Amino acid sequence: MAVTAPSTVHEDIQFKGYDPQVIRGLMAFVQPYWKPLLFSLLLMAITSAASVAGPYLVKLAVDEGIDAGSLPRLRNLVLIYLAIAVVQWAAIYGRVFIMSRIGQSIIYDIRSQLFHHLQRLSLSFFSHYSVGRIIVRIINDVSVLREFITWAMLAIARDLFVLIGIIFTMLSMNPRLSLLTFSVIPLIILITRLFRSRAREYYRETRKAISWVNSVLAENINGLRVVQAFSREDRNYAYFRDVVNRNNLDINLKAARLAALFFPGVDFLGITAMALVVWLGGSAVLGEQLSPGTLVAFVLYINRFFDPIRDLSRRFDSFQSTMASGERILNLLNTPIEVEDAPDAVKMPPIRGEIRFQNVSFHYSDDPTPVLSHIDLLIPAGQTVALVGKTGAGKSTFIKLVARFHDPTEGVVRIDGYDLREVTQQSLRRQCGIVLQDPFLFSGTVRENIRFGRLNASDEEVEAAARAVGADEFIRQLPQGYDTPVEEGGAILSVGQRQLISFARALLADPRILILDEATSSVDTQTERIIQAGLSRLLDGRTSLIIAHRLSTITNADRILVIENGQIIEDGTHSELIQKRGVYYHLYRLRFEDE
Amino acid sequence: MKRHLRNLKTLVKPYFRQIVLASVFLLILTVIEMAFPAIIRQVIDVGLKGGDQRFLIVAAGLILGLGLIKALVNFREQYLTEWIAHHVAYDLRNRLYNHIQRLSFQYHDHMPTGQLISRVIEDVRSLQSFAGHGLVELARIVILLVGIGILLFSRHPVLAAIAISPLIPMVLLTTDFGKRVGRLFLAVDNTLGELSSILQENVVGVQVVRAFAQEKYETDRFDQTNRKLFDRQITVVREWAKVMPSTIFLVTLGTILILWFGGQMAIRGEITVGELVAFNSYMLLLANPAQQLAWLVNAAGEAYAGLQRTFEILETEPDIQSPPNPIPCPVFRGEIQFERVSFRYKQSERPILRDINLKIEPNQRVAIIGATGSGKTTLVNLIPRFYDVSEGVVKIDGMDVRQMDLPSLRRQIGIVLQTSLLFSTTIRENLAYGRPDASEEEIIAAAKAAQAHEFILELPQGYDTVVGERGVTLSGGQRQRIAIGRALLMNPRILILDDSTSSVDTHTEHLIQKALSTLMEGRTTLIIAQRLSTVKKADLILVMDQGRIVEQGTHHQLLALDGLYRQIYDLQLKNQEELEDDLLTQPIDLSRVNFRSRNSLE
Repeated sequence: MAVTAPSTVHEDIQFKGYDPQVIRGLMAFVQPYWKPLLFSLLLMAITSAASVAGPYLVKLAVDEGIDAGSLPRLRNLVLIYLAIAVVQWAAIYGRVFIMSRIGQSIIYDIRSQLFHHLQRLSLSFFSHYSVGRIIVRIINDVSVLREFITWAMLAIARDLFVLIGIIFTMLSMNPRLSLLTFSVIPLIILITRLFRSRAREYYRETRKAISWVNSVLAENINGLRVVQAFSREDRNYAYFRDVVNRNNLDINLKAARLAALFFPGVDFLGITAMALVVWLGGSAVLGEQLSPGTLVAFVLYINRFFDPIRDLSRRFDSFQSTMASGERILNLLNTPIEVEDAPDAVKMPPIRGEIRFQNVSFHYSDDPTPVLSHIDLLIPAGQTVALVGKTGAGKSTFIKLVARFHDPTEGVVRIDGYDLREVTQQSLRRQCGIVLQDPFLFSGTVRENIRFGRLNASDEEVEAAARAVGADEFIRQLPQGYDTPVEEGGAILSVGQRQLISFARALLADPRILILDEATSSVDTQTERIIQAGLSRLLDGRTSLIIAHRLSTITNADRILVIENGQIIEDGTHSELIQKRGVYYHLYRLRFEDE
Repeated sequence: MKRHLRNLKTLVKPYFRQIVLASVFLLILTVIEMAFPAIIRQVIDVGLKGGDQRFLIVAAGLILGLGLIKALVNFREQYLTEWIAHHVAYDLRNRLYNHIQRLSFQYHDHMPTGQLISRVIEDVRSLQSFAGHGLVELARIVILLVGIGILLFSRHPVLAAIAISPLIPMVLLTTDFGKRVGRLFLAVDNTLGELSSILQENVVGVQVVRAFAQEKYETDRFDQTNRKLFDRQITVVREWAKVMPSTIFLVTLGTILILWFGGQMAIRGEITVGELVAFNSYMLLLANPAQQLAWLVNAAGEAYAGLQRTFEILETEPDIQSPPNPIPCPVFRGEIQFERVSFRYKQSERPILRDINLKIEPNQRVAIIGATGSGKTTLVNLIPRFYDVSEGVVKIDGMDVRQMDLPSLRRQIGIVLQTSLLFSTTIRENLAYGRPDASEEEIIAAAKAAQAHEFILELPQGYDTVVGERGVTLSGGQRQRIAIGRALLMNPRILILDDSTSSVDTHTEHLIQKALSTLMEGRTTLIIAQRLSTVKKADLILVMDQGRIVEQGTHHQLLALDGLYRQIYDLQLKNQEELEDDLLTQPIDLSRVNFRSRNSLE
């Protein structure tokens, strides 16, 4: 049965040959370290020369020392060899240390830059790019690069140095015997080429197979609760074992068979060269055209000659995946930042909280359909405004423009008369509190999570904020009170409790403008009762924008905006809109049928 | 240590024969490798000295022949080694996959998913690479060391002792390195894990970070850990940089010693030049393996750490399993009983449920209300045995759920959770998740009943549309309806609903409510309820507070009780009801309502 992973799994596994643009992009990261890099290349040349020199010294020792019976000559050669070995030791030490350090530094730089860049990318980027992919970029892809920079680059340089050194030395010792030895090289090139094209194919397939395995694994762990609820364990296991994991095994075995053919093949050619040297070289010694020492040196060189060749063909694999990883990293780094502080952006002073939309339209950069069109609106400071409308009507976009997560494509959004594009994002957002539907908590204690709203808040202020929204009571009942760690999976806190903590966090930040994006919808009726008090405390004296489906929240607002197809179609208080018998009225008729 | 070796043994045991075979091949290879220097020696001492051309041809032929045998054996050996490694990894991955999916909710509550996933992926990888090349290479090096040692000593003990002497500090150096490097790598891995979790949190919580303008705080946090990772990596590098050149140096030193002492002996005529060259060749045979030794020990350290962590998972007994002699469940009538049930989390003192006594009749519709954290979700989670009671017993149709066969219990219980997790496969397969054998008609019928058929048909590939990260993104309401269809298709006798659908717009909400009421017909249903209509329609209302059922009865009974329910009703529900009356007295003009699929409203 031919089994392949669904094509959707493979998006992240592309393979590339040499791409000068990627190399240039990566070189920009290497560039700050060119001096130590050059130095370690120098060290590399030294070590390669030293390792090539070894057999030559043995030859000299055999011919000029032992055969000639000269002890002083032997001693001198041995001392030279010793000196070379010491130099080699120091050079390798320096090279390994410096190169690894450079590699690690580059990795550090790339990760830092990637993270920095992420902090500035627009929110819509994150809705397209999943968490998993971002982690793969910053953790795994960067690791692949490191391996390339620290080991592969070095090894390739070393292999080339050694290869050239050996060829040169052999030619200078005896050109005829050298050419004889090299006669197997065309054969090696031939089988390497044959091997490489097949190997590339298999390499791709193995990478696809393992990433399929990993994604199936990850999904099963993530969806574990559903798996168990539907008793799918046996079936999922059978699928994993017999299809996904099996596929990986089969492809890997195929690749292993190929590799097991290639390397012994190269090895055999090396041995063939040795047999040639013994036969023809030995005859030459008999004919006095060659010294025994040279023959010995040749045998030694042949051993060293084939290692770099084998090594180089192995490096080719990692080169491919480096190019692919490198390209993906550069793509991420080059993703344009949509919302940026203007060069002359000013710090927004403490605001009152008046929001004004002037002929504001918005559409996403990859989709020309307008999400909001020509909105003109004034929200006086201190007003509580509820936004009502269907999913996709533009409510969320509306509030995102207020917090400047996006810039309007047309028109101006002003707060207290300031065009938001002319102030720094930080000074704006520090004065906007945003509570989202999904109350995200960071790992850390409850206290740290509340303090995230204002890092320099004292313990008393943190607790006061929790008290104000009605969270204090349950927090004190937690095993370690405010110092209870918040865990992933949420065994300790319910969604409602998490939401209360996020309210406290927002209150602590003491924003002038408060934005609640469906913040109360994940809270049960009972908890909402507790929240209502806290919520009114939170809303008190601030300009508030609320997206909600709960009636009580909406009806209590000073003003209701009904948004449809990116436009405000109704605007008024609850009773005004009910009397108007328009869309608002009908939306709620419908809702009450259910409630 | 011993325990982990035993674990390693259980992994490789099924492949004992292959391992023996691979070892035999290895032995042959080593013998052949050691034969080459001996031949070269004969060439120098006999062939060149004796001036016999024929001898050279025989020697060359011998080398070629042995080379051919070596290539053939080498091929078999390499393939076999990989074969073993991949099979071990295959088995281990299977075991992990199967084991993890059987571990209880309680285990997963405390184990970050990211960490679990990376363990399975990374640790198996490091084990695989070591189980293959690593072990065999290690064996080869040991065989080589011993073999060459014996050979050299039998030839010339003094020169052998001199030649071997640098190898002793080398072995000491690498084993010492190996001991420390495992710990260092573990530290690196842990820091890398830390870095990933910071990253993950930052990305998942990106809106919060932006909203509170805490980018700088986050960047500092990341940089700090990134720096820590750098430092730890450098520690490893430093160790490595010390060991690696030293091993090369010591091998070279061996050659130099042979040249100096052996050279003198050759000049004095005690040994032949051929013997000297052979000695040197043997030393060089050790050069590559000696360099690999440090790397191998290193890989062994990594694999050992992986093995430890892997078996930490595999040795965790699933808390919740079918009993040894499970009773296969007949089709439930759907009566549920809680008798003196208490529950607390394993490492916690605080009870989540206390002394719950409850009887639910077949086909009854039960609404559970109560504050966040009052124990509603835990209560329902005890029925399909997502958690086991700490005290007391939960019975279905009079039988303790712990005595039942687990799959046959869970298959009769349908669950719609607050967050509707779908799998990244087709919509069809998602719907049929609980019943993979369902027919096309059944799937479509379920989708229709769940009010999902219509939007599914509008998707690019209809029922074959792939959901999820790499496929089509569905809205919360759409996902929820598919989750309802999924539960519906199971045709469960008992239904558990977490009725928190308020994050969708009014129109979708309406559709979901319709779907849910279809779903509830003719089954025992437990609903964690939010809205008045659901609560009022229920046959039995449970009011929970701090892990206890404080009131139970019908809407009217509870109102008459004038307790907590009355309070909630007055404060919240009644408020809704009055608004409702207020509105419903007024006629509807549907023409003003602009919905895309209006016909589904009728």
